[in-house]
Amino acid sequence: MLDGLKGPPVHPVLKLLVQRLALGLLLLLAVSAVIFLGVEALPGDTAQAILGQSATPQALENLRNQLGLNEPALTRYFAWLGGVLTGDLGISLTNGSDIATAIGQRLGNTLFLAGCAAAIAVPLAILLGLVAARYAGRWPDKVISGATLTTISLPEFVAAYFVIYLLTQVIPIFQPVAMVFPGMSFWAKLNAIALPVIVLVLVVLAHMMRMTRAAILNVMQSAYIETAELKGLSPMTMIWRHAFPNAIAPVVSVVMLNLAYLVVGVVVVEVVFSYNALGQYLVDHVTKRDLPVVQAVGLIFAAVYILLNMLADIIGILANPRLRHPK
Amino acid sequence: MTDASRQLDHMIERVRKGRMNRREFIGRSTALGVSAGLAGALFGKVAMAQEAKKGGTMRLGMYGGESTNSLDPAVAASQVPYQVNMTWGEMLVDTTPDGGLDMRLAEEVSSTPDAMEWKFKIRSGVEFHNGQTLTADDVVATLKRHTDEQSQSGALGIVQGIAEMKAEGDMVTLTLKEANADLPFLMTDYHLMIQPGGGVDNPTAGIGAGPYVIEVNEPGVRHTFKKFANYFDSSIGHVDEIEMLVINDNTARTAALQSGQVHIMNRVDPKVAELLAGVPGVTISSVPGRGHYVFIMHCDKAPFDNNDMRMALKLAINRQEMVEKILGGLGSIGNDFPINAAYPLFDASIPQRTFDPAMAAEHYKKSGHDGSPIVLRVAPGAFPGAVDAANLFAASANGAGIPLSVQLEPDDGYWSNVWNVEPFCASYWGGRPVQDQMYSTAYSSTADWNDTKFKNARFDELLLAARGELDQDKRKAEYSEMALLVRDEGGVILPMFNDFVCGVSDKVAGWYDDPNGDMMAGRAQVRCWMA
Repeated sequence: MLDGLKGPPVHPVLKLLVQRLALGLLLLLAVSAVIFLGVEALPGDTAQAILGQSATPQALENLRNQLGLNEPALTRYFAWLGGVLTGDLGISLTNGSDIATAIGQRLGNTLFLAGCAAAIAVPLAILLGLVAARYAGRWPDKVISGATLTTISLPEFVAAYFVIYLLTQVIPIFQPVAMVFPGMSFWAKLNAIALPVIVLVLVVLAHMMRMTRAAILNVMQSAYIETAELKGLSPMTMIWRHAFPNAIAPVVSVVMLNLAYLVVGVVVVEVVFSYNALGQYLVDHVTKRDLPVVQAVGLIFAAVYILLNMLADIIGILANPRLRHPK
Repeated sequence: MTDASRQLDHMIERVRKGRMNRREFIGRSTALGVSAGLAGALFGKVAMAQEAKKGGTMRLGMYGGESTNSLDPAVAASQVPYQVNMTWGEMLVDTTPDGGLDMRLAEEVSSTPDAMEWKFKIRSGVEFHNGQTLTADDVVATLKRHTDEQSQSGALGIVQGIAEMKAEGDMVTLTLKEANADLPFLMTDYHLMIQPGGGVDNPTAGIGAGPYVIEVNEPGVRHTFKKFANYFDSSIGHVDEIEMLVINDNTARTAALQSGQVHIMNRVDPKVAELLAGVPGVTISSVPGRGHYVFIMHCDKAPFDNNDMRMALKLAINRQEMVEKILGGLGSIGNDFPINAAYPLFDASIPQRTFDPAMAAEHYKKSGHDGSPIVLRVAPGAFPGAVDAANLFAASANGAGIPLSVQLEPDDGYWSNVWNVEPFCASYWGGRPVQDQMYSTAYSSTADWNDTKFKNARFDELLLAARGELDQDKRKAEYSEMALLVRDEGGVILPMFNDFVCGVSDKVAGWYDDPNGDMMAGRAQVRCWMA
């Protein structure tokens, strides 16, 4: 009668997706524990950090009680986790503002910048990669590779100062300070973030371009490409129709890595352009030992990272017939 | 009338119309044989007298803001909160550029001959941003709030000297514990913004009687203001809107001024001041003031609790080199006490301490230090060029055999985690209008901001005596002795007094030099206008 317990047959892809999703959540839970432990392990005492050197023992004790620092770590971890699950990230220790609200706006800015940079960088990198693969070893390939490798080799802040000099002083078409505010029109916002977008595009272009080029060249060795060639297809059609679809998995995983970088790793660019986003907010509060904020932002960054990697996995599976139809 | 004087008149006329900037005026005047100093003063006079244009939006690009800043004037410590509070707030009295008193919310100040009781007549009909009318009770409540230790006020040391505060009608009477001839100047302290009801209910409301109302307050990002229609003084507060952008990165701030995104910037890096001065449409204002850059040692913590150690470090710093390399010549050398010729009653006869590695080595040996590294903490934002200055200091000290090492700290959080916490770090002071206030803020034993932990009974005694002393000669002698105590026993290493260096766009008019502080003592946005 065991058959009666079985539902309709589950599609293997769906099963795989559910598995991946569950794995991602489990990973996130583990990360939350690691973040909490890491913050716990920081030397020093939060109450002391807030009150400074003039703190009296009584004031310290009061504040510790108020912040619940006297509870055992496990209790505090689950209290925090419970809060996170219900959308309550707690209160910032340094200025008493609601963390979720503060993060909300800044996360929006982070995603806006990352999204704009990705919208330009990803198609551009793939296109350049295709062109470089088509003319592998010839001058277009060398120019593209040389130029993108140069821009990735520049530290972000050097590239940033360079574009500030070039595009606000020599050819004054953009603004060096990229703050965006609610109430600005979409175009005004785009104009404001033009320079950081340019810098980020320069920084992430090479990695994705090189991977596209390598993956396609790899596929080009296959027998079916030879067949296509013998059928008389033009090189670009061959690459686009036959090589690229089979090179998607490695390209996607590199694209996702770079997207994750655009969201979580651009604090230097944010500082140089005074862009009011999440990275700068995190660094501000790390130095102030504002632990609830550090935990919350850390968790968000981890979630973004896990989500994008999971997405890369799933797309890789869907793009690969052998993984899509496991025997 | 000679040709030269006719030309000068013509130029003055152009300045009056806002058609000529400071640099051009001084350049052309000196070509006519007028000294640069005189030309500067003349420009200031004419510029101040010119007809102000109303309206427009002024944007400031500012160093010195953090995402943890608060609007509570009691806890303001860095440049942006100072400037923000000066925009929405108003004090009883302010200081004029030439060191006099500027009557703000008080109309008249008078005292008994022994300087024990002071009366402030409160201006009538002044309105707060919330519509409330200013009363003497608001003034007393404000001062009382700052006396409360809970308020963590930077002005605590000042208001603690007041024994009794009384409000009667439009008169506020302050009875002091000890006589103080400088009391009105103490009331110009930037923490003492008068708030409705003293700001007791909500100290961070940002509601005052100043010329502008806060619109957006995003600490560490930006602060925007709108003109307060019912401001009592129609002679200032010219632009309609003010936008202060926090741009802590030097390069970005400079680029923002060059590209016209902001109209005024503070803290021009001395390294680029000359280059920036060559940019069309930008003028550099370098104002000698009372501000100074310091390396501060806690006198109560090892190894700095040993005066030989402190003396060794004071002798191991090359002051001349600092002024030339760090300030780019835009400043003057210091003598390890916080007073210079910009203060009244300054004693110029105190011998200048010079760089003396041999003496430094001797003192170091006498201190009996075990040779472990002496750590000097510094962040780029401690003052412009702070990291370079610390490295120069370490190099000259190492040359004298002192194991000084520099530890780089992050900018953000420096003022809460390092300054006034760690025993040896770099810092700066903006200076105060009178000696008494500078010493009471940072050198009296009980001062909250005694950042060198200098505790000297004789010094405290002299501070009190000089405070109530009406005989100027005696007073000067007392200040002189105090200077020597700080210089020879204190924890402050004061290699240089810095000029306040700001960059001002030609789109801004009405700028004048104010030695009381950076950015026209925090009032540039209120007193200048859009040309």
